Amino acid sequence: MSVARTVGRWLDDRLRVGAARDFLAHKLVPVEHSIWYYFGGASLFLFGVQVATGVLLLLYYRPAPDSAFESVRFIMAHVRFGWLVRSLHAWAANLMIAAVFTHLFSVFFLKAYRPPREVTWLTGCGLLGLTLAFGFSGYLLPWNQLAFFATKVGTDIMGEVPGVGPVLRFVLRGGENVGGATLTRFFGFHVALLPLATTLLLLVHLALVQLHGMSERLGDSARTARHMPFYPHFVLREVLVWLAVLAVLIVLATFFPWELGQKADPFASAPSGIRPEWYFTFMSQSFKYVPPRLFGLEGEQVAILGFGAVFGLLVLVPFLDRRAARGEPSPLVTAGGVLLLGFMVVMTLLAYFKPY
Amino acid sequence: MTEADGLSRRRLINWLLSLGSGSLLGVLLYPIVRYVTPADQPEAAVGTAVVGQLRDFPLDSGKVVRFGERPAIVVRLAGGELRAFSAVCTHLGCTVQYRKDLELLWCPCHNGRFDLTGRNVAGPPPRPLEALEVAVRGDQVVVSRRA
Repeated sequence: MSVARTVGRWLDDRLRVGAARDFLAHKLVPVEHSIWYYFGGASLFLFGVQVATGVLLLLYYRPAPDSAFESVRFIMAHVRFGWLVRSLHAWAANLMIAAVFTHLFSVFFLKAYRPPREVTWLTGCGLLGLTLAFGFSGYLLPWNQLAFFATKVGTDIMGEVPGVGPVLRFVLRGGENVGGATLTRFFGFHVALLPLATTLLLLVHLALVQLHGMSERLGDSARTARHMPFYPHFVLREVLVWLAVLAVLIVLATFFPWELGQKADPFASAPSGIRPEWYFTFMSQSFKYVPPRLFGLEGEQVAILGFGAVFGLLVLVPFLDRRAARGEPSPLVTAGGVLLLGFMVVMTLLAYFKPY
Repeated sequence: MTEADGLSRRRLINWLLSLGSGSLLGVLLYPIVRYVTPADQPEAAVGTAVVGQLRDFPLDSGKVVRFGERPAIVVRLAGGELRAFSAVCTHLGCTVQYRKDLELLWCPCHNGRFDLTGRNVAGPPPRPLEALEVAVRGDQVVVSRRA
């Protein structure tokens, strides 16, 4: 018997590799699938990129108001390949959020949240929240002017949530104002709390995806749909997508290096044309149109409650969409999704082309 | 011992166990919650601040200055009169700026507008800017909180 086989049997006896191999050999995916099925995997890949580049940035970054900006500048100017690592981290963050949103809307419009995948959908919504929290907390870390005001406004918006708002703002900021305490807190969230929470929720999400397999198209069932083996047929396609994402990421990070901006100054005016990261601009732009008072509440509170209600509906859609649960088309839900997506796109375009 | 005794004993033990583990959880969580909540540091109530010399404030301009832990804005009107306000927008807390072309205080974050008395005149801000006192002592411009 060859050495490889001996070692293989030894490992199999102890790790039960055979079970995993059997699972992989029998795992099937629907033949009828489209590009939209690959964005979950792309999000996962980009999360991996973020962990790797994030760990590298940790070696040089300093989370204090008088050294944060300088340490990022040092990474970009003096550390070998520092510009690349920092630019990759910033670009991959944006691509990851784009991939996560695309994944969300793909699953939404394909109605893949229908039974028995409701919990998978819920964990996915949780992961979306965590991804946005990653974006929000990471944006502050270079301690530049735009980030400073984005954090000010963002935490103020949370402070407007009726009831818990003021306490939430105080705890997030580590005091009344955005300052050094906010920076160390956001750093802690960004490099410890959020990665831990994301990893745990991601494991549940991925385990559920394995448990239920890939969703068939609406109207198809596991029996009527045609299938192909997950390995190697689907895995090779997935690898191709990941390589394409990596190529796009490297081109962006190299030819459009992420800017650092100007160091934050708490005693300067907010710069004209200020806007948050693109994935928050649809909310920020909406706030410009809300009058000071509406329905006896402050305008921004109404806006926050409105966004909260829409997000609540989105989270609960597997339980509200009874038609999709029965395997029938649900045009009303689709229309709601189109409306939401349209609103987000229009508000984002307005923020970029007609900010005031 | 009857079956009912056994059940009630089991219930008592379950109840004690819940109480014990609940208390343990509380004892562990309480310091964490307190730790995470920042200590109240009463903001050094700045009453008065010297913000610069008169020549730092040209006619028809506005300048953001430090007033304690918060920014304030000092506007010098075309006629020479000085006015001062808190520079923190009453909407979502950005720092406002003087717009010469509009003769207004303007917040770029959500297009909030205040007139030169601090009144919110357009956009989303729900309240006027807090007005501050401003005086010239010798050559120095002094901003202070209104009594």
